[in-house]
Amino acid sequence: MGLPARWKDKIVPSDPSDEIMELQMGPSHPASHGTIKFNLKLDGERIVDCDVEVGFLHRGFEKMCEQGTWTQCFPYTDRLNYASPCINNVGFALAVERLLGIDTTERCKYVRLIMSEVSRIADHLTCLGMAGQEVGATTVGFYMLEAREFLYDLIEAVTGARLTVTWCRVGGMTHDLPADFNDRMKASFARLDQVLIDCDKLLSRNRVFIDRMANVGKLSKEEAISYGLSGPLLRAAGVSYDVRKAHPYLVYDRMQFEVPVGDRGDNYDRFNVRFQEMYQSKRIIEQALAALPEGPVTITDPKVVLPEKEKVYNSIEGLMNHFKLIMEGIHVPAGEVYQAVEGANGELGFYIVSDGSGRPYRVRVRPPCFLGMGALNKMLIGRMIPDIITTFGMINMIGGECDR
Amino acid sequence: MLIEKIKARFGAEILSAQNERDEETFTIERERAYDFFRALRDEPDFQFNFLTDLTAVDWLERKPRFDVVYQLNSLNLAHRIRVKIGVDGAEPWVNSVVGIWGAADWLERECFDMFGIDFKGHPDLRRILMYDSFEGHPLRKDYLYNKRQPIVAEIDPVVNPIRSSR
Repeated sequence: MGLPARWKDKIVPSDPSDEIMELQMGPSHPASHGTIKFNLKLDGERIVDCDVEVGFLHRGFEKMCEQGTWTQCFPYTDRLNYASPCINNVGFALAVERLLGIDTTERCKYVRLIMSEVSRIADHLTCLGMAGQEVGATTVGFYMLEAREFLYDLIEAVTGARLTVTWCRVGGMTHDLPADFNDRMKASFARLDQVLIDCDKLLSRNRVFIDRMANVGKLSKEEAISYGLSGPLLRAAGVSYDVRKAHPYLVYDRMQFEVPVGDRGDNYDRFNVRFQEMYQSKRIIEQALAALPEGPVTITDPKVVLPEKEKVYNSIEGLMNHFKLIMEGIHVPAGEVYQAVEGANGELGFYIVSDGSGRPYRVRVRPPCFLGMGALNKMLIGRMIPDIITTFGMINMIGGECDR
Repeated sequence: MLIEKIKARFGAEILSAQNERDEETFTIERERAYDFFRALRDEPDFQFNFLTDLTAVDWLERKPRFDVVYQLNSLNLAHRIRVKIGVDGAEPWVNSVVGIWGAADWLERECFDMFGIDFKGHPDLRRILMYDSFEGHPLRKDYLYNKRQPIVAEIDPVVNPIRSSR
């Protein structure tokens, strides 16, 4: 038959009563977004056990942050949740600034808030668009990705890049909002509104969609809290916990917005929570733009922020200042801090430990979707294979954040 | 006040307690840690029902070498604390808190994978981010970031079947 000799003793003739089939839904699968391996034990099409294997995109983020200076960590943070990169930048910058004990300017806080919310909408559009596409609503997938393009145009106008923005710095950011940002925003929102209305009509009360999503991947409130879920996963289960409300940062305490909360903890509630969050994010952005103060967007502390190029090229002090900041890094006092921001997937936390030098001693990212994946086994026991696609889609695992 | 309440309730178990930048950090011993965490979760004054994060820090030259760091959050009472357990480098173990918070399942697996700390009582402590035959624990300070690994031998799926989760 051609079987290798070493297998002869291992192959056991199958017993018809032995009904558990082991199947690997391998790391590269057309319907799963990201490299995730599901080691399934199946009884027909029912999942008896599902061992979720992550780590295919592990790039050693935490190790690499220790090798450079504090500012050199920002490009790494972009590549965490790469669907909403501004939020990662902001989270890390806030953590370092807290450890330094400095405060940014008012305008900086508003601008960071605006870009965080734009990123959040972009992330939700990606998640929901792909969720729709995976159950067959390809139109919704394309519409939402088109809407995401409008937001990427905005992000590119502000930061220079669509995805790997590397836009925040300790003490401020590289680029301020462009002068025509208000007009661009209004134009984008007008088009985004239309897309959201269309997708709502196409999907939210669609019989097929509801049958695929409702009552699938359920988690109770207590289970969700125990598994450390946060963000849309926790809020769909009925717990109204949002880092922006519970532990406000930037200027979220001045913004009026609601936190959508579901009640059944299934995929359909997660979809709706994300959908409504997009409207709330738009609300926040409009308020922030109306209240945006004038002024500089980066502080001028020479120990933290690079001096202007004129000073660097024309004065010895500027040159020395620039040199020390680049070569040694910002001297952050020894200590530790945990800073949580509300990422698109939940509580994105940065726990940083400094030893007083210009290099981080330890940078830990608390990844919300990693914990979501930890709970996936619980959500899938007893369900069928197609439910893996929808549940995994609704967790919105972003490989960069889960595996770091 | 939270720091006072915890010091009053647990007394000698707290090795040290600080409040820096509005964050309260407690250091405890590993022997009685499980009961300490269970009390923190269940008692009405504390209600730390949310394990935000579980990780470790490698202080290579210091004794104890590792700090296992727990970030706890109370969703009901809206307070946070950090708990640290000093862990010896020669025998790195702590008791698993999987029985208290389900989030500890994967978080402890990652901590074991990255630092080599044994979580006693964890039902399935194996690597999670690195592949199974990886040698060493990458986030330890004595593991160089550019260290090479041996080439992995081909793994025969019949001889070595898929590991079950429970």
